[in-house]
Amino acid sequence: MCLAVPGRILRVEDRDGTLMSVVDFGGVQKEVCLQYVPDADVGEYVVVHVGFAIQRLDEESAMRTLAEFEHLGVLAEEFGDGFEIAARQAGVTP
Amino acid sequence: MKYLDEFSDPDLAAKLIAEIKAITTRRWAIMEVCGGQTHSIIRHGIDQLLPEQIEMIHGPGCPVCVTPLEIIDKALDIAARPGVVFCSFGDMLRVPGSDEDLFGIKSRGGDVRVVYSPLDALTIAKANPDKQVVFFGIGFETTAPANAMTVFQAKRQGVENFSLLVSHVLVPPAVAAIMESPVCRVQAFLAAGHVCSVMGTDEYPPLCERYRVPIVVTGFEPLDILEGIRRTVAQLESGRHELENAYTRAVCAEGNPAAKRMLADVFEVTDRAWRGIGTIPSSGWRLSPAYRDYDAEHRFSVTGIHTEESKVCRSGEVLQGLIKPHECEAFGGQCTPRNPLGATMVSSEGACAAYYLYRRLEVTSV
Amino acid sequence: MSDAVDVQSWVCPLPLRNSPNVVMGHGGGGAMSAELIEHLFLPAFGPAADAAMGDSAVLEVGGVRLAFSTDSYVVKPIVFPGGTIGDLAVNGTVNDLAMAGAQPMVLSTAFILEEGTALDELALVAQAIGTAALAAGVRLVTGDTKVVDAGHGDGVYVNTAGIGIVDARADIRPQRAAVGDVVIASGDIGVHGVAVMSCRDGLEFGTTVTSDTAALNGLVAAMIDTGVDVHALRDPTRGGVAATLNEIAKTAGVGIAVDERLLPIPAEVRDACGLLGLDPLYVANEGKLIAFVPSDGAERVLAAMREHPLGARSVVIGSCVAEHPGIVVARTGLGGNRVVDLPIGEQLPRIC
Repeated sequence: MCLAVPGRILRVEDRDGTLMSVVDFGGVQKEVCLQYVPDADVGEYVVVHVGFAIQRLDEESAMRTLAEFEHLGVLAEEFGDGFEIAARQAGVTP
Repeated sequence: MKYLDEFSDPDLAAKLIAEIKAITTRRWAIMEVCGGQTHSIIRHGIDQLLPEQIEMIHGPGCPVCVTPLEIIDKALDIAARPGVVFCSFGDMLRVPGSDEDLFGIKSRGGDVRVVYSPLDALTIAKANPDKQVVFFGIGFETTAPANAMTVFQAKRQGVENFSLLVSHVLVPPAVAAIMESPVCRVQAFLAAGHVCSVMGTDEYPPLCERYRVPIVVTGFEPLDILEGIRRTVAQLESGRHELENAYTRAVCAEGNPAAKRMLADVFEVTDRAWRGIGTIPSSGWRLSPAYRDYDAEHRFSVTGIHTEESKVCRSGEVLQGLIKPHECEAFGGQCTPRNPLGATMVSSEGACAAYYLYRRLEVTSV
Repeated sequence: MSDAVDVQSWVCPLPLRNSPNVVMGHGGGGAMSAELIEHLFLPAFGPAADAAMGDSAVLEVGGVRLAFSTDSYVVKPIVFPGGTIGDLAVNGTVNDLAMAGAQPMVLSTAFILEEGTALDELALVAQAIGTAALAAGVRLVTGDTKVVDAGHGDGVYVNTAGIGIVDARADIRPQRAAVGDVVIASGDIGVHGVAVMSCRDGLEFGTTVTSDTAALNGLVAAMIDTGVDVHALRDPTRGGVAATLNEIAKTAGVGIAVDERLLPIPAEVRDACGLLGLDPLYVANEGKLIAFVPSDGAERVLAAMREHPLGARSVVIGSCVAEHPGIVVARTGLGGNRVVDLPIGEQLPRIC
């Protein structure tokens, strides 16, 4: 129900009392209403749905999440399946 | 697109899939609530790559699928009137009403326009003061803030030739209704990520407790879906039933306070009929009294709507995950994407449309 | 809290396809367009009609094979990034002829003009037609002009019909696509559709993408010159690469397997599609072709294409297979499979 994509704010302006912005989605630019994320600054990323920014995109969190994916399975690679199973049974997550 | 493409990385996907396989020891039935998640799963072939013990049940989180027939027929009635410019998201144009769809109305001279944002409809209203411009305000909590802002601006700027035909639906009551069904098979939910971007996550822990189901807030890209599934399986395997947030880059517990304030001002909770499921109490939003003047249902008294139910379509059971699409007698014969009997066959992420493509392949391959 | 939901009283609409009117989807180049031809035009035309209606017809006249094709251009806006309706009108018909292995000789141009259209705009379109014809090496030999009342047209509609001579070495027909054939795309896909959409009312977005409209007869000549027996060619216009692959798969009775990782989709197209919820496989192209070439000749054809300016980014995207005849399957980036079905009507931006 929710096609929303992250984009970077290029500029912000007031239009008829509404906070509007131009957001860049990797080369494609679209006008986006910023009224729901009014503190977002030029250069920051927001999540955009039907022409509205509905939330900030937490860049640090994005990078952390990707790093966690990178480290998945590290335990298995280093120690092999048996250890992995034992680790899980002990309630230790990788 | 930055912060999007990285979440399709095939190597990381392979790791997540391997991890899911490593921890799955039993059969589990998980429902992804959001139609966008269903779309992603089908589009990337994710359910083919999961261990065979995991069954993804496609939930009713598709506003196209659940918008009540009566509202569609009202939309068609209004769109057909001279002097009306009827604006809608693209998703709704092929949804069949009792007799036809918005494309049909357009073909007979109705001024039906696809817009990307509801603000575009307001712009059209300002540019066409002699017309009545109506926007079809459907969607879940993700889309409601956009619709709310639009009608708020219409009122503030005195754009009187604009009105909103509202049919908003809410996720938490739907989750509860699904769990209340005596034949429910769902053991865990992937909560709709962007709904939670707006509303936060506070509504879900009580549901986890009451129904003893894990609920994991999940995004939409392949890695997000896999991670949501991974965390869900980890909970199921260890007997936990908690709320987890696997989409932290776009979701925080409190959601978007500015949006929630606007929603509280513009909308009020109402009972809502979900197409194919029935009325779920307190599961929808309608315009609050302060905005009643901008409510298209009031502005255009639409009477004499006689909704025609077909006894053949089993969309409702599909939407609740009670049957698989191919278990419906009409599936693939009377009902195909070209000749849809119900919205689940029309919508690009409707379970029936998705299954139609799969089943053809399974049937025709050696 | 709610009572248990009544699962027995599900609701459902009546079947849709009793619409007595033409709808937009009929012009989308997908399943509905095909149905209109199969279930209305051909039966109505009766015995006079050639059932094998394709993008162009090949006729034997005095020992020479002529290709004959027609196309109408109703695109809005008339002027878009990278071109005008005039360019499309010439290149579209030239390309239909080229897809039959023919070099275009002559073109007719018929205009239906809405009363009130600015003459400046018409002149711009006419100039574009002249320029495109010169570039394609085709002569404009006859035409017609009609005017309709204001409010009954979209400015300028153009129809072009063309005749070309089929290369004696070529036997290029959709039916000839065969199991084992390599499927080649002549360059980046989704470009034209994104360019046109970017200036469409209600959808405008800023992008550097410009239409790829171009005449492909030179590229096709280079491919035929290799001496390889090219089996089939098709330019993926409305309905995109998806429509083309489905049409060939059904006509030739072969399955087609493509690998998503190989599809040449430029970043700007992918991002625009991501924003609007569109699939690049279904987005229109103009100056591109899809070729079905026997595997032992694929390398040579690919090399010849890459030497030509319009084929510099040619790439293999898949192959024809014996499995799932008539169906196109894509291997997804993750290693799963998805069926790429024929588009039903127009592809519309979605919010879901």
